[in-house]
Amino acid sequence: MMINIECYLVVSTIMMFAGIYGFFTRHNMLAMLISVELMLNATDINFAVFNRFLFPAMKEGYFFSLFSIAISAAETAIAIAIMINIYRNVRSIQTKDIEDMKW
Amino acid sequence: MGATFETIVFGVLAMFIIVMSVLTVTTGRIVRSATYLLFVLLGTAGLYFLLGYTFLGSVQIMVYAGGVVVLYVFSILLTSGAGDKAQKARRSRLFAGLVTSVAGAALVLFITMTHHFVPATGNEIPVETGINNIGRMMIGSGKYEYILPFEAVSIFLLACIVGALLIARKR
Repeated sequence: MMINIECYLVVSTIMMFAGIYGFFTRHNMLAMLISVELMLNATDINFAVFNRFLFPAMKEGYFFSLFSIAISAAETAIAIAIMINIYRNVRSIQTKDIEDMKW
Repeated sequence: MGATFETIVFGVLAMFIIVMSVLTVTTGRIVRSATYLLFVLLGTAGLYFLLGYTFLGSVQIMVYAGGVVVLYVFSILLTSGAGDKAQKARRSRLFAGLVTSVAGAALVLFITMTHHFVPATGNEIPVETGINNIGRMMIGSGKYEYILPFEAVSIFLLACIVGALLIARKR
């Protein structure tokens, strides 16, 4: 029995929509950021899988997920810095307490 | 037609990843959520190893499991305390999120299953890409070589360091 491309895509789809569910239902900004991280990870899997199964001689998807990992790590660092700054000013990172720029 | 070793490894990894990613978004305590995220990322690295992309898997472990999750745990401890429970969301909102994500997942799974992918012929065994080769591709400037994104990412990381220091420093 071969593992075909759909098996990998099912795993990454479920991971992606778990992330979307978390993004919709969480109230803590850090938990929302963790959900975003799940979504980014699912897209990275997709790039690698498409490259491996459909174009095994090329390296585009490989390098795209490599750079995507670097960029999402940087994005996480910035987002966490912003959250720590918010926590210093508001003493909370729940989304209901942060409404200065909401409307 | 028995299950090969590769199939068994893939099945275990897939179940592990699916269960852990659902637990990441459903568990109440945020530290547990970060821990489950760590397991999801390690399982993803296992998938990369299974695909034959060992360097990508090592980068995943180093950057995500080594760097990002530690950052998450520190910031959780700095901002909320480990014992904090998530606020109970309103039931209607939970239900709306659940319906939206299940419907979206069903749609995407349907498209994935019915679409006919054209797999590449031949070359079915995963081939290892040497790190030597990857390094040359990353700093070459020819066709299918990646000096420009490499330099862009390095500038971007510098900007991120400066930005994070500027945002998070004490005044």
